[in-house]
Amino acid sequence: MSVLVYTENWSGKFKKLSYEIVSFAAAIAKEMGSPVTALSIGHVADDELKSLGKYGANKVLNVQDDRFESLDNKALADAVAKAAESESAKVVIFAHNNEGKAIAPRVSVKLNAGLVTGVTGLPVSVDPFVVRKKVFTGKAFANIQIKTDVKVITFAQNSYEVVETPTDTAIEAFDPQISDGEFNTVVKDTHLITGKVLLTDAEIVVSGGRGMKGPENWGGLEELGELLGAGMACSRPVSDEGWRSHEEHVGQTGKIIAPNLYLAFGISGAIQHLGGVNSSKYIVAINKDPEAPIFEASDYGIVGDAFKVIPQLIEAVKEMKANK
Amino acid sequence: MKILVLISNVPDTTTKIRFTGDNKAFDATGVQWIINPWDELALTRAMELKEAGGVEKITVANVGAKITEPTLRKALAVGADDAIRIDAEPLDAYFVATQLAEVAKDYDLILAGIEASDYNGAGVGGMLAEMMGINSVSAVSGIDLENGELKIHRDIDGGSQVLTVPTPLVAIVQKGIAIDPRIPAMRGIMMARKKPLNVVPPVDAEARTEFLTYELPAPKAACKMVDEDNAKELVRLLREEAKVL
Repeated sequence: MSVLVYTENWSGKFKKLSYEIVSFAAAIAKEMGSPVTALSIGHVADDELKSLGKYGANKVLNVQDDRFESLDNKALADAVAKAAESESAKVVIFAHNNEGKAIAPRVSVKLNAGLVTGVTGLPVSVDPFVVRKKVFTGKAFANIQIKTDVKVITFAQNSYEVVETPTDTAIEAFDPQISDGEFNTVVKDTHLITGKVLLTDAEIVVSGGRGMKGPENWGGLEELGELLGAGMACSRPVSDEGWRSHEEHVGQTGKIIAPNLYLAFGISGAIQHLGGVNSSKYIVAINKDPEAPIFEASDYGIVGDAFKVIPQLIEAVKEMKANK
Repeated sequence: MKILVLISNVPDTTTKIRFTGDNKAFDATGVQWIINPWDELALTRAMELKEAGGVEKITVANVGAKITEPTLRKALAVGADDAIRIDAEPLDAYFVATQLAEVAKDYDLILAGIEASDYNGAGVGGMLAEMMGINSVSAVSGIDLENGELKIHRDIDGGSQVLTVPTPLVAIVQKGIAIDPRIPAMRGIMMARKKPLNVVPPVDAEARTEFLTYELPAPKAACKMVDEDNAKELVRLLREEAKVL
């Protein structure tokens, strides 16, 4: 019996999310009295794999096979399911991101397991196995029981702290023996965005709405974003008007993000917009209209003109950085 | 090429969410139902591909009781050729995928929204592909049809990719697949009344998960206000109080 956690890598490296999800798996395993096995697919150096032990992984299964680079959903799911079977995993955990969402549903079918996605925090109980998640795009929470023997869950980023529980970790090579016929995805072209902070990865996000009045007024926001190492976002009307690219649209039908800090300039806070950002740790609103609904969802606010506030913020952040 | 678009019937995105019976069930009183926004974008793209040639038929399918029929009629009014309603309460993603697997066999491309805006499950598309033993691609932000071959655009962490994947294929789509959802025109609404809406009995299946209770989020503490002329104070608060800078 074990808890299996799928730890993806980014060009051979793990990041905060990897340690967060292993910490989360270790906490569940502790409650269940079982060990934690991490599964890594791709070329990750042994030292990097060992780093998962710091957060509670007892064992790391290491799959080194270039064929998985195409991220073929079917083959990846098959590999994870085989690892789960060989470890007699009772709980299989993925991150609730592009890769986790792509594979977890397939794995759940293979393992005859119930699936809950976007789990926030530790299970309410492990026997019966009840987890909590946001539903209605952040407008409510649900407590959901998984009734099958094996459980598959995806874990919502930023919903558990990284906890160090140094553990001796064994690294084992693992060959899931997937035949060539399972790999059907052919990558024709890859376009990587460089030199920009990825929105879904950013710890701080600077966002502009219709109150910014036009695309020519984004200079200040971009400067502030750069100083803070922030990702840039916008509301739906802004991307619909073509002021900013659709890539930056956050909201119920755009990207759903959960940064530590979300700074909203000239965004009124329609319910659909809040649905995409209400998992942020802190929301700050700058808006002319004191009645704007964004203030109800915010932790800090300024009622005022964004164009007067932005230069002050830039100056204050520069000062802060100079004094660090 | 035949396309099947999976349609989830969800409360309008502006709905105030309430629960009944000790918070054990969603209160549907007075709720306006719509096509799940991502499914609507999927249907829009399917229509665009059909208009460009190369798509012979678009079917929409939903698992739900009779109350979901107006939503399916709307999908027909947007332009789908026919609709399938599997007559059962959608208990969970596994149950829904099991039902859809029965009607999805004859299609080359199956489009599913990345999640539904009610239970945010994000599970049906991938489960369906696995049950049918076919390929799936998630986080799809574009689909082109060139000389009968599908080119799939997928978002990955840090960028995007163009892929080819053999059909039959489940594409799990998100924002970008189409920009604006298509609104039915009067002519479409008239024609939709005559299009086939086939009601199919469900197959035996059990739910693997059970929604026990719901909660509304705790009311947020009052927003701390900072004066417009003293924006520097905001940076201090974010650094010293919230500790996020």
